[in-house]
Amino acid sequence: MQLTEMLSLIVKGFWETLYMTLGSTLVAYAIGLPLGLLLILTDPQGLRPMPVFNRVLGVIINLLRSVPFIILLVWVMPVTRAIMGTTIGSKATLSPLTIAAAPFIARMVESSAREVDRGVVEAALSMGASPSQVLLRVILPEAKPSLITGAAIAVTTILGYSAMAGIVGGGGLGAIAINYGYYRSNSQVMLIMVVLLVLIVQIFQEAGSRIAHKSDKRIREQN
Amino acid sequence: MGNPIIELKGITKVFGTGDGAVTALKDVDLTIDEGEIFGVIGLSGAGKSTLVRCINLLEKPTAGTVIVDGKELTKLSEKELRQARRSIGMIFQGFNLLQQRSVLDNVCFPLQLAGVPKKEARAKAEKLLDRVGLSEKKDAYPAQLSGGQCQRVAIARALSTDPKVLLCDEATSALDPTTTLSILDLLKELNRELHVTVVVITHEMKVVEAICHRVAILADNHVEELGVVEEIFHRPKSMAARQLIVPSSQVPPKESFGEGRFIRITFDGRERTDQPLVAQMVLHTGVPVSIVFADTRSLNGRLYGQMILQVPEDDSIMEKMLEFLRRAEVSFEEVI
Repeated sequence: MQLTEMLSLIVKGFWETLYMTLGSTLVAYAIGLPLGLLLILTDPQGLRPMPVFNRVLGVIINLLRSVPFIILLVWVMPVTRAIMGTTIGSKATLSPLTIAAAPFIARMVESSAREVDRGVVEAALSMGASPSQVLLRVILPEAKPSLITGAAIAVTTILGYSAMAGIVGGGGLGAIAINYGYYRSNSQVMLIMVVLLVLIVQIFQEAGSRIAHKSDKRIREQN
Repeated sequence: MGNPIIELKGITKVFGTGDGAVTALKDVDLTIDEGEIFGVIGLSGAGKSTLVRCINLLEKPTAGTVIVDGKELTKLSEKELRQARRSIGMIFQGFNLLQQRSVLDNVCFPLQLAGVPKKEARAKAEKLLDRVGLSEKKDAYPAQLSGGQCQRVAIARALSTDPKVLLCDEATSALDPTTTLSILDLLKELNRELHVTVVVITHEMKVVEAICHRVAILADNHVEELGVVEEIFHRPKSMAARQLIVPSSQVPPKESFGEGRFIRITFDGRERTDQPLVAQMVLHTGVPVSIVFADTRSLNGRLYGQMILQVPEDDSIMEKMLEFLRRAEVSFEEVI
C-alpha cells in the first residue's frame, strides 16, 4: 500500500471514528441523561417515589447493559436498517452505539446525581423548590464536575465500542485495523490504528478530567 | 406577643410500618408566638429534628395539624405548600449551601426559585449579605469560607424571601463556642430588627439560655415541659429538664483520685451559693479537704451538680464532717 493512500485512509478513518463516537455520545446523552434523572426522581427515597416504575426501568437498563456489544451490534441491525436505511458504514453504526451507550450513561448520571448532598436538596425543598427545580437547578449544577468526569468515561467507552463496529461493516479506525491489519495480516497498519485509538482515548480522558477539575468550585483556591 | 404564628396540634410521626415502625413524635401540641425566639431542646433521638421538619412539612406528620401564619399547611396542595414554604426560612447544622454557586448566587437562589427578576434578586442579596457582615465575600464559593461564615450566608439565604419564621436545626452545633455566640447574637439581632419568629432546635442548654424566650423540652417523643426559659431554669419540674440543665457529669473512677477517703456531695438546687458549704465545713472542723472532682453550676443563686471531696483517713474527723453535712441537710455519701 502506498503511503499517500494509507494516509488518506487514516484521515478518513479518524474523522469517521470521531463522528461515530461524538455523534452517538450526543444522542445517547439525550436519552440517557433524562433516564438517569428519572431513576433519581422515582427512587423510593426520591422526590416522586414510584417504586414499581423505578424497578422496571432499572431492570430494562440492566438488561440492555448486560448484552455484549458485539451481540447487540448484530441484534439491532433491523432497527438500524429501519432508522438509517442501511446497516453498513459509520452512519449505520450510530444506532447500535447509541443503544449500547444510553443505558450506560443513564447509570452514570444516576450515580453522579446521588453524590449530591441530600441536605442541599432538603434546603432547596425548604425554600419551596418544585421537584423539577430541584433536578435542574440543584442536582444537575451541583453534580456538574462529576457529570463531566462521567462524560469523559462515556466517550472513551463508546470509542472502544466504535472500533468493534468494523466487524459488521462499520467505518472508522477500528474498521481499518480489522480490514487491513487483521484480515490482510498487515501488522503495521494494525499497530498504527491501535496507537491512534490510544491517543484519542488519552486526549478525551485528560480533557474531561481537566474541565471537571476546573469547573469544580469545591476546590479551595489559594489566595 | 401572644399572637400565635405556629400551631402544632396532635402531631404524631411514625417512620416505617409494621414491626419496624418507629415513633418519632407522639401527640405533640405546641404553640409558638409571633416575634419570639422559641427553643426546642432534647437529647439526641428525642425527635426534635423531626419536629422542626413537621413545621414546614419536610416531614409529613402521620397525624395532626400544622398551622403557620394562619394557613393550615397540612391541608394545602403541593403547589400551595411550596408557596407557603417561602415564608418559612430554614438553616441547618451542615449549612447546606450550594457548593457550585458563589455566595451571592446562593443568597439569590430562593428568589430565583420564586421567579424574582435577576437584578432585583441581586440587589436584595447584596443588602442581606451586608446585613450579615459578608459583603466582601460575595464572589467567594462556600468551600472558601469558614463554618461561621457559611452559616451567615445560609441565614442571609433563608431571609431573602422575607420569611415570617426562621427555623434553625442545630444551626450552631457544628461551630466552635466563639462562633456559636456570634451566630446566636446575629439571630437575636435579626429577631429584634425584622421581627422574624425564630425556632431554635438544639441539644445545648447554653444556646437556649443565650437567646430563647421560651423553651419546650422534648423527651421520649413528646413535650415534657414548656415555659419561659428563666422559669424552667429556676424550677425545672421534669426529670428531662433537670438532666439538661444540670450537668450529668461523667465521674472518673475512684482509683484515679488516689489514696484516702472520699465524700460525694450532690447539689439539687436546695443549696444556695451565698452559703459556701464546703468552706463552712472546713472552718467548722478545722481540717482542710481537697476537691478532687467538681461539676456544678449555679442557676439563679441555686447550686446544681456534684462534688467529690478527699478527706484525711481518720475516723473521728470523718465522723465530724459527716455530722456537719447531716445538719446542713445536703445529699451526700461516702464514696467506696
